[in-house]
Amino acid sequence: MEKVIENVQKKFSLSEVTSAHGYFITCEKKDAVSLVTYLKNVEGFKHLVLITAVDWIKDNKFQLTYLLNNPQMKKELGVRTYIERSVWPEESVMDSAHHLWPAAKTYQRELHEMFGIDFPDSPEVNEPLILEYWDDIPPYRKDFDTKQYSEDTYFPREGRETDDPATYMKEMLYPFEGEKNV
Amino acid sequence: MFDYGEKNRELFPETKSDGTVDIDLSSGKFTKLWHGPNHPGITGNMSLELTLLGDEIMESKTHVGYLHRGFEKLMERRRFINNFPLVCRVCVPEPDFNEYCYAAALEELAGIEVPEKAQWIRTLILEMARLQSYLMWIGGQAGSFGMGMVGQWTLWARDRVLQMFEELTGGRIYHIFILPGGVRNNLTEGFKGRMLETLADVNSILDDVERVLFNNAVFKKRAVGIAVIHPEWVDEYGITGPNARAAGIPKDVRKDNPYVKYGELDFEPVTGTDSDIYTRARVRFDDCRMTTGLIRQILDRIPEKGEFKAKMPSMLHWKIPAGETYKKAECTRGEYGYYIVTDGSGYPARVNVRGPSYTHAVTLAEKMLVNTNLADVAGTLVSLHTYPPEVER
Repeated sequence: MEKVIENVQKKFSLSEVTSAHGYFITCEKKDAVSLVTYLKNVEGFKHLVLITAVDWIKDNKFQLTYLLNNPQMKKELGVRTYIERSVWPEESVMDSAHHLWPAAKTYQRELHEMFGIDFPDSPEVNEPLILEYWDDIPPYRKDFDTKQYSEDTYFPREGRETDDPATYMKEMLYPFEGEKNV
Repeated sequence: MFDYGEKNRELFPETKSDGTVDIDLSSGKFTKLWHGPNHPGITGNMSLELTLLGDEIMESKTHVGYLHRGFEKLMERRRFINNFPLVCRVCVPEPDFNEYCYAAALEELAGIEVPEKAQWIRTLILEMARLQSYLMWIGGQAGSFGMGMVGQWTLWARDRVLQMFEELTGGRIYHIFILPGGVRNNLTEGFKGRMLETLADVNSILDDVERVLFNNAVFKKRAVGIAVIHPEWVDEYGITGPNARAAGIPKDVRKDNPYVKYGELDFEPVTGTDSDIYTRARVRFDDCRMTTGLIRQILDRIPEKGEFKAKMPSMLHWKIPAGETYKKAECTRGEYGYYIVTDGSGYPARVNVRGPSYTHAVTLAEKMLVNTNLADVAGTLVSLHTYPPEVER
């Protein structure tokens, strides 16, 4: 694996290489798809495990991770890249990798829907995969508040306001027990 | 006995070089049909939007979203230990693989050593989970071709395994047994004997199923040569597990990247050659038999003494150093993985679940179902062994 990373470093500028818990390399946004293409075609990382994003809201950027697997070496290599985090309703933009793996288009559809990262030219990328008629902030962004959403969307359930179990037991449970005995 | 003759292909639209066809719905030749989400042939809450010409499928589109619970998002708002009731619910029939992957990723990031005995008990739990999931799957595969009785038998056998789970963990379906640092409890007294009895029952049911299902003329007629996965699709489409092994590619995480105690067990991944529904069923069935053998090996080798849990810090104030990792395990459908990113706080920054059905149910099914018969859709989907809950989490 060290040799693969050496080969990659000759061709692309990597800003970070970590190997503490599995191999992960970081490259620039413009290099990401060509680096992934190189790993697939030359180094034998033919199996796309997943594409996912992490929202680093404090640094105002999205981390995109392409996790690839080499079936010969039986090892994974994660390719990370950082893209600018746009303010909703503006979308962040990234190059598409659907031409390398057919499965990539599903991952990109999900990222578009859940994080608001657009992949122009990726097929069906504007079609919703999981959510339908969603017009709020993309829900996997950190500034989407699930608690606030559920409070706004659904009515509050009764019976959740009691915070004193002893009083609750006294008022509710014992009279009920008494009624049963009568 | 019956001779229907060859289909007159002139009536069908021409297939273009990229495998698609021009579909003109206004011509009146095509029918749109929604297969699911409430259809016995669909393995869960998922639907296929089929475009048919006669009874042949011209185009298929997978629609998920009927079961979205937003677990990945919810996990970011909960402490690491509070997430265990969520991870086991990501995939209903196989909760233990989720628990293992999540716990193993946290252990790796926090640098926790798991005791020897806990590793063995984890291996046992994972193999028991595989056995019960396969037993349920056999019933589904037979049922999709109209043999409901096989499912009755195997569900009885699965219930025997679930009873053993109940004895060990207190729960039948969701166990929450594998926690960071080890497992929740020791083996009960006399567990080994009762498990061996259960395995004997399961094996006798498997013998019956082999006679009834795999030597059945109807099953052979409907499964041989149908829904073939070409070996070159395996890497391209990210196919893993029995679907890849039936195509002759021995992909098995247990063998390729041994985790827990699989490195010390004696087994070879089962492979097939023809890669049709019948071969996939055969591979899964033989894998199921192999699992019963593996459980016997594990029961013989679990150490009597030893800790089943490492010493852990207080779970409610547990902070994990910043980092990221990917942990995977072989479930009955293929490679199951958890990609976890931490930022040094008491909460995960991101948890991403990689379920094998993500590629099998969406991209692969959309490709495979084209030019197959409507009656084969249920059998094909069950033979891919897809579960929508892990597509949408």
